[in-house]
Amino acid sequence: MKSWLMHHLYVMQYTVRRLRTSPLSSLLNILVIGVALSLPTGGYILLQNLQGVADKLVGAPQISVFLNMNSSQDEISRFTKQLEQHADISRVEFVSREQALQQLQQTTGLADVTGGLAQNPLPHAFIIYPKGNDIAVLESLRDELKAWPKFEHVQLDSAWVRKLEALLKFGRLAVLILAILLSFALVAITFNTIRLQILTRREEIEVSKLIGASNSFIRRPFLYFGLVQGLLGGTTAWLIITISLSLLNINLSDLVQLYASNFSLQHLSFGDSATLLVFSAYLGWLGAFLSVSQHLWQIEGA
Amino acid sequence: MISFKQVSKRYPGGYAALKNISFEVAAGEMIFLTGHSGAGKSTLLKLIAAIERPNGGTVTVNGQNIGKIKAGAVPYLRRNLGLIFQDHKLLFDRNLFDNVMLPLQIAGFDHRESAKRVRAALDKVGLLKREKAIPIALSGGEQQRLCIARAIVNRPSILLADEPTGNLDADSANAIMDIFKSFHQVGATLLISTHDENILREFKGRRLSLKQGELQS
Ligand SMILES: Nc1ncnc2c1ncn2[C@@H]1O[C@H](COP(=O)(O)OP(=O)(O)O)[C@@H](O)[C@H]1O
Ligand SMILES: [Mg+2]
Repeated sequence: MKSWLMHHLYVMQYTVRRLRTSPLSSLLNILVIGVALSLPTGGYILLQNLQGVADKLVGAPQISVFLNMNSSQDEISRFTKQLEQHADISRVEFVSREQALQQLQQTTGLADVTGGLAQNPLPHAFIIYPKGNDIAVLESLRDELKAWPKFEHVQLDSAWVRKLEALLKFGRLAVLILAILLSFALVAITFNTIRLQILTRREEIEVSKLIGASNSFIRRPFLYFGLVQGLLGGTTAWLIITISLSLLNINLSDLVQLYASNFSLQHLSFGDSATLLVFSAYLGWLGAFLSVSQHLWQIEGA
Repeated sequence: MISFKQVSKRYPGGYAALKNISFEVAAGEMIFLTGHSGAGKSTLLKLIAAIERPNGGTVTVNGQNIGKIKAGAVPYLRRNLGLIFQDHKLLFDRNLFDNVMLPLQIAGFDHRESAKRVRAALDKVGLLKREKAIPIALSGGEQQRLCIARAIVNRPSILLADEPTGNLDADSANAIMDIFKSFHQVGATLLISTHDENILREFKGRRLSLKQGELQS
């Protein structure tokens, strides 16, 4: 047990030494792997963030109705009653044009701008909470409301969320394809690095076999190398993503303060980070394994 | 300890390097394998270490049929043999100490115990002072002694040496033969191939003489 541990420790040291014997090419390899992995990972985390936004919005579908500018108070109370009695509607909220202006001033800090206006440009509005959230029912309700007099503009809020969902689905597929392609690239990079190492260490391998090295003894340092290189590449990708998100958040905070929101991009979760590192280490190992299996038998003879 | 029964070896291309070879080696014997270049000496030694496989007959080492041994068992066979190759097979990218260390790393020895053994082996062949040197800095005789240190560091019971004094001056050759004699004295089994007339004149002992792949009696 102890000698087994010692051996693995020794192989680990040996791996680090090999990485250090050609620092520039090791560094470049790790960087290439890191950049390659950071592309799908970055895509993934952006989609996660968009998904978070979509989830907040999709909660309850709403229909917003903006009334014609010259709707009278009578008409409004009549509409309210009719809407409240509608079979498909659970709740109705009236937002007067004065309230709307106030809200606009409060939430966006555009008081200066709006204060300078001669008259309120906003219409009265209803916010309608339908009973179900079946998109077909919602759409027919929207179309029905459009036909009402004085209902200038009727908007089903979930429609664009649905579009966003479809877009996210498409985005996820694109990220998946990218991830698969770049995984192949990572495996190929490691495959080639290990191939070159086997070629330059041909003598050592041959001699080791002649004096009693098992195949697993010969393989182990190469597999470790692939694993460590993959892991360092994964770590590089993690750093690229984390630093990029932090930089984006700094700039984003300037941007969103204008809109009085406290939105910020979420970082990779602990689970996502662990997955990234394990996956990159595994791909490195796999590339090394394939390379070793492919090239070692050529030195088998001895 | 080692037995050949009607062993033949043909290389790809049909050349018969060994024909119908039979002999036995008892534990503790020191045997010289003689014959001109191309007689099949190296081939015979390679069959013992499973570096080559026989086409006919059986090669037995310590009761194990080497011709039929599984690939996975070959490393363990080799760890029990001390092999001294005709072309040295030293590693020039590391110092003497690390060259001799290799068999112990392969066998998975504890590092501190290994270091002691490596120094003992280097001491035995008179190279302890140069443990930090690289093999390229050694003379032919010293390189040969380094090979011996690497072969004995595992304390094998069987030592196979392929022309260990080839290309060496008489003094170096004698130094090497003295090392072999001391192993013989502590009970190791040695099979030494050579076509060095001086050595053969000086050292008595059993001979196996090959001629064009056949054993002369
Ligand atoms: N790998 C090989 N492939 C083909 N022929 C070989 C090979 N190794 C040795 N031979 C041939 O087998 C014969 C015996 O070779 P070897 O055992 O090396 O002789 P020795 O060691 O006595 O000089 C030689 O004729 C040599 O050319
Ligand atoms: Mg030979």
